[in-house]
Amino acid sequence: MLLDVTDLRKTFPARTGLFGNVIDHVHAVDGVSFSIAEGRTLGLVGESGCGKSTVGRAILRLIEPSSGAVRFEGNDIVGLPADRMRELRRRMQIVFQDPYSSLNPRKRAGDIVAEPLLVHGIANAAERREMTQAIFAKVGLQPRQMGLFPHQFSGGQRQRISIARALALGPRFIVADEPVSALDVSVQAQVINLLMDLQARDGLSYLFISHNLAVVEHVSHDVAVMYLGRIVEHTTKSTIFARPLHPYTRALMAAVPVADPSVRRDKAHVMGDVPSPIDRPKGCHFHPRCPLAEPRCRTEEPKLREVQPGHRVACHLAV
Amino acid sequence: MTDALYYARRYPLGVIGALILIVFVLTAIFAGVVAPMDPLTTNARASLAPPSHIYWIGADMMGRDMLSRMIHGARISLAVALGATCIGSGLGAMLGLASGYLGGWFDLIVQRIAEIMQSLPLLVMALVITASLGPSLTNTIIAIAIPLIPNVARVIRANVLSLRELNYVEAARAIGMGRTRIALVHIFPNTLAPLIVLATAQLGSTILTEASLSFLGLGVPEPYPSWGRMLSESAAEYIHSAPWLVIFPGLAISMVVFGANLFGDALRDILDPRQGD
Repeated sequence: MLLDVTDLRKTFPARTGLFGNVIDHVHAVDGVSFSIAEGRTLGLVGESGCGKSTVGRAILRLIEPSSGAVRFEGNDIVGLPADRMRELRRRMQIVFQDPYSSLNPRKRAGDIVAEPLLVHGIANAAERREMTQAIFAKVGLQPRQMGLFPHQFSGGQRQRISIARALALGPRFIVADEPVSALDVSVQAQVINLLMDLQARDGLSYLFISHNLAVVEHVSHDVAVMYLGRIVEHTTKSTIFARPLHPYTRALMAAVPVADPSVRRDKAHVMGDVPSPIDRPKGCHFHPRCPLAEPRCRTEEPKLREVQPGHRVACHLAV
Repeated sequence: MTDALYYARRYPLGVIGALILIVFVLTAIFAGVVAPMDPLTTNARASLAPPSHIYWIGADMMGRDMLSRMIHGARISLAVALGATCIGSGLGAMLGLASGYLGGWFDLIVQRIAEIMQSLPLLVMALVITASLGPSLTNTIIAIAIPLIPNVARVIRANVLSLRELNYVEAARAIGMGRTRIALVHIFPNTLAPLIVLATAQLGSTILTEASLSFLGLGVPEPYPSWGRMLSESAAEYIHSAPWLVIFPGLAISMVVFGANLFGDALRDILDPRQGD
């Protein structure tokens, strides 16, 4: 496996006392485990605030994990010293959701893409320029646009610049954190196709974080559904879309709009809002909103278990 | 060169501001050549002489030529204004950047010290500093610069706090860039806009602080003229009987502040790539 995440946890202090002692914790990520093989894409889905972005950042140690192991190419990167981590960063990168705040407005597009090369002392100025031109072409930008500033590009083009920056060091794994959610629908398809082309060509692996199931269905090989900091269902794409087992996954699927106005669907599979990640419900975290909840769901926490080969679900009722 | 012409055409007000500043700075540098009379020579018969063909903008109580005093005063006033603003804004920006970006204990200590300094009036602090250092031009600049530091540091810190959460800073960390480099390459250039606005706004107040210090005998020593002192010494007594003693130093101060503001605005826009094309 290229990436192995084991029991990853991240808590943030929610409230601190008079002497800086932490009173409450936000359990943003609460014991998440998964792995991603070479050339594969894991789609990580869930509502906003479920901790999916925190998972992506913790894997790259942009946020320090509270505990757990992240094995990349066989090495646990949690607690790795800064110089070794820096070396690994050449092979694991990130693309952000917001195409505006992800590019420094004062830097030219060419310099943004060349910066990773510069930081790692790769090649001289002329060679870097050539490499940057090649990367521009690779992501579908014109090399003559290298001298322009970010505000002179459209949202989709800016996202291509972000992807180009992530590709500059020749990574094997990219965290794509909602890479198309801020784009127009017509542009979304272009950016997704670009990501998939890059995967087909270079064998890249992705952790594709999204709340958009249609997009996830298109790009992923496997899908993991997160709820309140935990994975509640994890299996292959075809299985999860054909036979979702967790009531939360089913609710998400039912919420996907169908392009046929004559189809009438029963709404409200899920009642209410996501509970607070500080004060979480006892038992199954999903029980207050679950249409199928039984008495034991209120007291007993369901473990993530393999109900069928390669299909993990955290629900007492799943068989 | 073509760049300069391009910007000059785009920002005519900036050009006016720059010209005003250049004229004042040249006047200050060549004060000895430009001034028609000696600024320190007194003449009892010309006491409070109104503007005339000899004393173009009048003479003060001691009969010294106001124009010559104004021209020589430009040296001190501009040295204090530019010196104190540059030192104060520069140190303040560095502290604010470090404080906001590093956070933790360093931030806590810097911010508490800044709060203590801000709770004292600027003039009182400048008074204490000059009183302990002794009156001289350099000490006056230092005394005025130090109280500026906390204001700048706080504004820049607040700016840095919002900038450091942006994705491009995270992206820089993801490519393995060091903290210092991120602060200098990605954060500092984006704080320039508020820094320039703040610095130009402070320029005027430094001239007036110098005036108060000199008036109290703690600024630049007598009899060397500065605009601020000329203004503050005459304001109460001669505003009705000899208004030229008040109007012209006041005008000079206003013009410098005005010029600096125009120039600062244009500079801020020129340094912002989003304003281009």
